Amino acid sequence: MIPLSWYLTVAAILFSLGLYGALARRNAIAILMGIELMLNAVNINLVAFWRYITPQEFIGQVFAIFVITVAAAEAAIGLALILAIYRHRQTINVEEIDLMKW
Amino acid sequence: MPGFENLPLLSPEITLTIFALLVLGLDLAFKRLKDALAYVAIGGLILAIMLTAHLFGTQGSLFSGMLVVDSFALYFKIIACLTTGLVILSSIAFMKEKTPYRGEFYGLLLLATLAITLLVGASDLVMIYLSFEFVSLTCYVLVGYLRGDPKSSEAGIKYFLYGAVTSAVMLYGMSLIYGITGSTQLTVIADNFLSPSSPVASTRWLILPAVLFILAGFGFKIALVPFHQWAPDAYEGAPTPIAAFLSVGPKAAGFAVLIRVLLTALPAYQIDWIALLSGISLVSMTFGNLVAIQQTNIKRMLAYSSIAQVGYILLGVVAAGPGTVGIMGVLLFILAYLFTNLGAFVAVVAFSYATGSDEIADYAGLLRRAPLLAAALVVFFMSLAGMPPTAGFLGKLFVFGAVIQMGQKVFYFLAVAGVLNSVISLYYYFNVVRLMFFLPAKDETSLQIPRSLVVAVAITMAMTLVMGFYPQPFIDLATRSVVTVAMLSPQ
Repeated sequence: MIPLSWYLTVAAILFSLGLYGALARRNAIAILMGIELMLNAVNINLVAFWRYITPQEFIGQVFAIFVITVAAAEAAIGLALILAIYRHRQTINVEEIDLMKW
Repeated sequence: MPGFENLPLLSPEITLTIFALLVLGLDLAFKRLKDALAYVAIGGLILAIMLTAHLFGTQGSLFSGMLVVDSFALYFKIIACLTTGLVILSSIAFMKEKTPYRGEFYGLLLLATLAITLLVGASDLVMIYLSFEFVSLTCYVLVGYLRGDPKSSEAGIKYFLYGAVTSAVMLYGMSLIYGITGSTQLTVIADNFLSPSSPVASTRWLILPAVLFILAGFGFKIALVPFHQWAPDAYEGAPTPIAAFLSVGPKAAGFAVLIRVLLTALPAYQIDWIALLSGISLVSMTFGNLVAIQQTNIKRMLAYSSIAQVGYILLGVVAAGPGTVGIMGVLLFILAYLFTNLGAFVAVVAFSYATGSDEIADYAGLLRRAPLLAAALVVFFMSLAGMPPTAGFLGKLFVFGAVIQMGQKVFYFLAVAGVLNSVISLYYYFNVVRLMFFLPAKDETSLQIPRSLVVAVAITMAMTLVMGFYPQPFIDLATRSVVTVAMLSPQ
C-alpha cells in the first residue's frame, strides 16, 4: 500500500501552492481559487488520516464532507461580494480596490 | 432517541433560530414591518438571555460530545445576546437612512448571535470549524451589507479574503491535530497527547506547527497583531453598528474558543503557548496604541484601540495557567469591554447619524452641541483607558493582577508594559476629549439624536459606571463561570 507520508506530502504541496496563490495573485477570483486549493489539501489530509489512523471511525470523512459544504457556501458569498465591488469599480484587481488605505 | 434528552440545554439557541426565521419570514410576508422587526428581534434576544440565565449552573454535553453547556459557555452566550441587543437598538435609526432592506439585516444579526452561542460551546474540532465559519459567513455579509456604498463593499471583500485564507490555514492545523491524535474531541485529544502509547510519539514535532496554524484562525477572529490588517478597513467601511458588533461579539467568541482549546486540548503544552502568546500580546497592544495615535477617522482609531485592548485581554489568557484568576480576569475584562467599546461605537453612530461625519476633527465643540453625548464619550474613553471608577479599571486590575501573580520577572515586565500602554492610550483618547470640550465648533447647532440611540448610550454608560462603582456581583458571576473550565481541563 502507498505509505501515508505520500498523501501528506501531496497535501502539503497543494496547500503551499494554494497559499502562494492566495497571497501572490492580484485578481480576487484567483485568490478565491487559491483558497479552494488550500481547502482541498485539507480534505486530502483528513481522508488520508481517516484511512490510515482511525479507519473504524468515520470522523475524518464526516469532517471532509463538512469542509466541502462550507467551501461551497464560502465561494457563494465570496463571489457575491466580488460582484458587488465590480459594479462600483469595474475591476476585481485587489490592488485597485483602495478607497481605504491599508 | 439517544442524545436528544439534553435538548432543553439548547433552549437559547433554539429560541434564536426560531426568532431569526420569524424575522426573515415576517419581512417576506409584510412589506411595511421593517422597523417593528427590530423590536421582534430584541424580544427574541431578551427571551434567549432569560433562558440562558435560567440554565446557569447546569452542565451537560450534547450530540455525542460536539457541544458542551457549562457556565463558561453560558456566560459568553449572555455576552453575545447583550451585544446584539444593543447593536440592534443602535441600528434602528441608522439603517433606516441607509438601506431599504432592513428585515434581512436583523435576521442576519440574530443568526450571527446564534453562531456565536454555538461557537462558545463547541468542544469538537468539527463543531468549532462549522460554527467558526458560521460566524464568519454572516459577518462577511453584514460588513458588505450597504451595496450602494463602495466603502462597504470594499470592506466586505477585504474582510472576506483575509477571513477565508486564515480559516483555511486554521483548518489545515486542525487536520494535523486530528492526524496526530486520531480524534477531534478536545478532551480525547488531551488524553492522547498525555498517554505515552498513543500514535503521537513519532509525530510530536508536528504539534507546534499545528497549534500555530490554529492560532492563525483564532488570531484573525480576535484581530491579533499579525492578523489584524482587516480590522481598520472593515470597521471603517462597515455600517457603524456592524463595526460595533464586530469589535465585541465575534471577538468574545474567539477568546472563548481560544481558552477552551488551549486549556482543554493542550494543557500539556502550556509552556510553549505561554511564551508565544506573551509576545503576541505585547506586540498587539504596543502596535495598536502607537498606530491609533495617528488616526483621523474615529472608527479607524477605535479599530486600532480595540487591537490594543485585545492585547490586554490576551495577557489574561497568558495567566490562565493552573490558577483561575487569569480566566476570571479575561471574563471580567470582556464584559467591561462589551459595555465600554459598544458604548463608544454607539456614541459614534449617534454622532454620524446627526452629522454624517466620522472625522475626529468634526467632534470639536461637541460639549455645546450635545452635552450628554460628550459626557458619555468621556466615560467610555476613561473606561477604555482603564481609569477608575469605570468598568475598564476593574478589567485591567484583574488581568494585570493575574499576570503579576505568575510571579516571574518576565511577567512583571509584561504587566508594566501593559500599564505603560494604558498611559499611551490616554493620549489619543483624551485628544478627542480635548477637541470636544475646549475647541470651538464649526457650527453650533445642537444635534438631534433619535430616542433609540439615546437609550442605547444610556444603558451602556450606566453599566460602565455600575461595573466600576459596584463590581461585586460581576466578580461573583465571573468566578462562578470560571469554575467549570478549570474542571474541564485535566490538571
